[in-house]
Amino acid sequence: MLQSNMISSEDFAKQIRIQVLEMVHKANASHVGGALSMADILAVLYDGVLNIDPLDVKNEQRDRFLLSKGHACTGLYAALALKNFFPLKDLEQYAADGSKYLSHTSHMVPGVEISAGSLGHALPVAVGVALAGKRKNATWKVICLVSDGELNEGSNWEAILFSPQQKLDNLILIVDYNKIQSLGFVKDVIDLEPFKSKFESFNWDVFEIDGHNHTQINDALLKCNQKNNKPKVIIANTVKGKGVDFMENQILWHYRAPNADQLKTAIQNLNN
Amino acid sequence: MRTAFIEQLIEEAKVNDKVFLLVADLGFSVIEPFAELFPDRYLNVGIAEQNMAGIAAGLAMEGYCVYIYSIGNFPTLRCMEQIRYDICYHNLNVKIVAVGGGYAYGSLGPSHHATEEFGMLRTIPNMVICAPGDPREARLLTTFATKHNGPCYLRLGKAGEPLVHKSEITEPLLLGNILKVANGSECAVFSTGAMLKYVTDFVNDNKLDASVYSFPFIKPIDVQFLLPLFKKYKKIITIEEHQASGGFGSAILEYANEMLNDAQIEQIPFIKRIAIKDKFYSTSGSQQYLRNLAGLTLDVADFNV
Ligand SMILES: [Mg+2]
Repeated sequence: MLQSNMISSEDFAKQIRIQVLEMVHKANASHVGGALSMADILAVLYDGVLNIDPLDVKNEQRDRFLLSKGHACTGLYAALALKNFFPLKDLEQYAADGSKYLSHTSHMVPGVEISAGSLGHALPVAVGVALAGKRKNATWKVICLVSDGELNEGSNWEAILFSPQQKLDNLILIVDYNKIQSLGFVKDVIDLEPFKSKFESFNWDVFEIDGHNHTQINDALLKCNQKNNKPKVIIANTVKGKGVDFMENQILWHYRAPNADQLKTAIQNLNN
Repeated sequence: MRTAFIEQLIEEAKVNDKVFLLVADLGFSVIEPFAELFPDRYLNVGIAEQNMAGIAAGLAMEGYCVYIYSIGNFPTLRCMEQIRYDICYHNLNVKIVAVGGGYAYGSLGPSHHATEEFGMLRTIPNMVICAPGDPREARLLTTFATKHNGPCYLRLGKAGEPLVHKSEITEPLLLGNILKVANGSECAVFSTGAMLKYVTDFVNDNKLDASVYSFPFIKPIDVQFLLPLFKKYKKIITIEEHQASGGFGSAILEYANEMLNDAQIEQIPFIKRIAIKDKFYSTSGSQQYLRNLAGLTLDVADFNV
């Protein structure tokens, strides 16, 4: 079982963000904005919601968490390291030559269920895992976290259309709705609105929340435990680059890595 | 072949409770007996092959031996990236079954001509590629695929293919096996998939002194079997219902070249490849009509050594 740290989940989220910034700075890597936007969701998930034992990551009874927005894997690696799935020092190997810590989520990393990098892949797989859970009358749940831009991919909508048919109420989809995708604002590329009613019309239970408010994240995840034959989606309204003022809502920080000065400023920002 | 496949899959599912069959809304009058016998290990996922391949990966992660079934290019080309990344990269226990290999659905047109998938699938690590030559081979390959723990592609013909192997093959097929069908001296035909009947008839009807080998496996081919054939025959004809590029004949050439480089053979025998020459055919026609049009035919002169 995951042990809750002696710190609050908010502090855990801050630590995730600091590790993310350190990693992308050291590796001069992209995608910091999307890792910061989902940090609070990861913090709540790994601070007691997910039933996963860092010492027994393949336990049959565990909850399955599949991160689909693999480009934001720094957030997941940080959460796992901070929860002792592997040594925190390993994060220094992120994107380094010969490292297993690829800059898209790698299933070679302890605690990672699935490699992801090509968008629109993990949700159909999560649906398959949930279907297996149903066929086995299992009590564990499946949680899949996708980006908003990723919902341009048709494969996701095949899975979204399919899931209610099989009554997959053991499946929770979380959308990190940070309103920005690779080349522009979501509303300008392919608008997802009306978003909530889209999912409702697909026969999903929808919970729309502030994806940085830990109480709301927790409450929504609790509501998702309801066994009513419907898959659940949490639309988490988030801010890309959340927590670092000069990164917030900036397309540039989908690509840029902070230099040493920017890293220092960013961490100060988080600590204030 | 599809009947042999489903009958054998039912046999496998009786003794292996991990066997799970997904179909993409195709398989009318084929899959029903499986669905009736094993409703908890069967699902029609609808007309959505990318989702089907992803679901198969998810089921396989949870320990199932998952078959995905559709026709033509739909369970392969349509979801090629899911096959590469979700299934093969994670090395999951998923079997992809396509009915209607080659020009089996001839008059339905190029949308239904499965003539490029060997080349695409061959390049993907962890993938095993099978194409039975007759219903007996289809049964053996279904048993093989169920036992093999990893990704596997099975290209079937459709219904009503005649038996080529005169009696039941008693040995189980092992990965990469080659089956000898006719015995000759200096020339051999290497056939894969449903071309086998045509090849054996041609050799028999023309009383040719040629060996015929069926290759149920295109990837990998067991070099222990293949190497002696390169040493024995002066001339080899490969035949397949697939584009020449990247197909079975290409694989044979590559094996020969590797063996030459590794000094396992002193020279490469003369190899003639019979395959589709980089062309689509938009003419309506039966399977045999399109095979003829595409030049997938033997000539007695080919057998002169
Ligand atoms: Mg986004």
